[in-house]
Amino acid sequence: MLTVAEAVARCPLFDGLPRRYQELIAGCARFVRFDADVAIFLEGQPADRFFVLREGRVTLEVFSPERGRIVVQTLGPGDALGWSWLFPPYRWHLDAMARERVAAVAFDGACLRGKCHEDHLLGHLLMERFGDLMLQRLQATRLQLLDVYAHGSR
Amino acid sequence: MAAAEPDFLTPRPARVLSRRRETRESVTIALEAAGEAWLPGQFNMLYAFGVGEVPISISGDPGRPDRLVHTVRSVGMVSEALCRLRPGQWVGVRGPFGSTWPLAAARGRDVLLVAGGVGLAPLRPVVSELCRHRPDYRRVTLLYGARAPGDLLFRRELERWGHRVDVLVTVDRAAPGWTGDVGVVGSLLPRAAFDPEGGVAMVCGPEVMMRFALADLRRLGLAERAAWISMERNMHCAVGLCGHCQLGPAFVCREGPVFRADAVAWALGVREV
Amino acid sequence: MRTLPAARLGDLVAALRRRGWRVIGPVLREGAVTYGEVESAADLPRGWTDRQDAGTYRLERDPRDLFFGFTLGAQSWKPFLFPPRLRLWSAERDEGGSFEVRGEREEAPMQAFLGVRPCDLAAIAVQDRVFLRGDHTDPDYRRRRERAFLVAVTCGQAAATCFCTSMGHGPRARSGFDLALTELRDDAGHRFLVEAGTERGAELLAELPTRPARPGDRQGAERLAAATAGQITRRMPAGIAGVLRDSYAHPRWDEVAVRCLACTNCTLVCPTCFCMAVEDTTDLTGAAHRDRRWDSCFTAGHSYIHGGSVHASTASRYRQWLTHKLSTWVDQFGTSGCTGCGRCIAWCPAAIDITEEAAAIAASPGGTRC
Repeated sequence: MLTVAEAVARCPLFDGLPRRYQELIAGCARFVRFDADVAIFLEGQPADRFFVLREGRVTLEVFSPERGRIVVQTLGPGDALGWSWLFPPYRWHLDAMARERVAAVAFDGACLRGKCHEDHLLGHLLMERFGDLMLQRLQATRLQLLDVYAHGSR
Repeated sequence: MAAAEPDFLTPRPARVLSRRRETRESVTIALEAAGEAWLPGQFNMLYAFGVGEVPISISGDPGRPDRLVHTVRSVGMVSEALCRLRPGQWVGVRGPFGSTWPLAAARGRDVLLVAGGVGLAPLRPVVSELCRHRPDYRRVTLLYGARAPGDLLFRRELERWGHRVDVLVTVDRAAPGWTGDVGVVGSLLPRAAFDPEGGVAMVCGPEVMMRFALADLRRLGLAERAAWISMERNMHCAVGLCGHCQLGPAFVCREGPVFRADAVAWALGVREV
Repeated sequence: MRTLPAARLGDLVAALRRRGWRVIGPVLREGAVTYGEVESAADLPRGWTDRQDAGTYRLERDPRDLFFGFTLGAQSWKPFLFPPRLRLWSAERDEGGSFEVRGEREEAPMQAFLGVRPCDLAAIAVQDRVFLRGDHTDPDYRRRRERAFLVAVTCGQAAATCFCTSMGHGPRARSGFDLALTELRDDAGHRFLVEAGTERGAELLAELPTRPARPGDRQGAERLAAATAGQITRRMPAGIAGVLRDSYAHPRWDEVAVRCLACTNCTLVCPTCFCMAVEDTTDLTGAAHRDRRWDSCFTAGHSYIHGGSVHASTASRYRQWLTHKLSTWVDQFGTSGCTGCGRCIAWCPAAIDITEEAAAIAASPGGTRC
């Protein structure tokens, strides 16, 4: 059975951090599970934690009156889920639905923010990693917007 | 007027054997073959009588040499005419031309195929070969991205292939009823069973998509000489004489369309080349 | 080597015609020297010379009164080996909906080119490498080339636009011809030094009223060639092929694009440009035709794909032309695509000078574009 600390060490997001920091982070973490078709979080709710997925897929969705549920992105094992816990007003911007049974490591947002305030180096290292992930996500989103497969998009 | 001397600019008539609509925009047609030997990655110039001629990759199974299969996307006058062909009608064929996907180099290695949109068509012969000779390769994964669910090609085969190789599919935008992944094809990379050290990647799709995919592969640690892409340029003669398809010193119809990434990475990084 | 009295130049024309060659040579038309059918020596532009510079071409009377006193005109020999328009085949549908393609196989004409400048002779050799490659030989070019008789002529004067010497050629042809003429006019008289370069050249030469060349004739020819070389002012920078390979982002491309009209004149007058468009048409009877015609990388349509042109800007088109001509041509065919004839300089309406552009880029290689 994997401990939380071992699971945290295996997260791509925390890979390579000094051991003491991985343990510090693990102190804010615990295992969670969701059944299929359960809402992990909904737009507008307080964003107090984030997740690193271990099993199963999650869809990020927007609900619109005319079109219903629209999936804008699918995340899978290894992906980090949730940024809104980082910045005020700490509210979710999208819905996250468990597409199937999901196992994840959940991190308490307030706990982690507190530890970053105490240890600025930890804060810096985490911001670097989150920043890089956000950059990749932004690039991917831009590429989606480019609609490269549509004809005559030049 | 004498009968035409065999000439590389002279098409031979070929009968259309079958036609299948793939998507709103694309059609797969099978033509009667005439014994031409071809390899995955190559293309034919298809001539719609009186309308014109365009290069179309061969998208069929190399194990079925009796037919020449092409998946045509309707983007202009000629491709539209080709998409409207019915079995029993005739089309002109010149070819096969061009370079080929590196199946031999991939033997004994992990293989990663990254296809975007209609780019899956030129890779389909590769998938057929990989499935047919599955033990010759290590882990094989196909990552396929399209605009929307309605634009996915070869949906039944995707399922069949899934029995022999890993197939991961995603769309840029979902449609009602779609339960598959949503996002760019690069986001599927972390889930591919692929060792960048020793593995071989083949990427095919719009140039922007290939550029981004190569960046993702580089990030993964794959050397540029282990990745291959398929380029497209305006073609008239398909034999390196008319000058249109030049990509720097290379003629895409002769040195391509399949290029090793390190040979053309410079061109992808320069605008309007 | 032999010498032929200038007054007997017509005998060369007659001998060629007797053997079935259609003689093409320099003629005056519309204020310029161009190439057309020559039936006798009287058709040649005797007593005329040209004054050329960037964007400039003028004919002037020449006091030397020579047959080949001009340098060269707008046209090269390219249209005679690589016609601007060629019907490749026609086809008709049958009742079953199939079709049969019929080639248009006219006999290729027997053409004798009278007065091929060494730069143009080199250009023919450059096009031979393009069209007569092992894997895909152009059958029309091959037929016309086999039935072409080449009479080279040494240059007795250089135009301001010439730069053959820095391209590895010079005012006097050394090989690649059936016959070579050097026009001499001095105390020893007005005559042509004639050399044969092939067996069929020698056979024709034997029919002409020549006498053996004297040391004075040979020396006169050498001196003439040296004097002409001395008149050349323009030059192509050495190593330009390598420089251009790394200059795709050079700011000079944007600079020349302000001046370049993308009018395609340079590609039309260039003796080596070979881009061709394949056109499929139908006529009112329902027959389909495929034609081949000259194309130019300066057009928007040249790089058209998927609803747009890869070379959308004039800068990228000029870059494509120059880089191909002076650099990637070497990778493709083993020689430079340019032979220094200077036509593109004379006939550019914007007076853009290929040697000046190349020098500007060579002066600051690489160049970064922000």
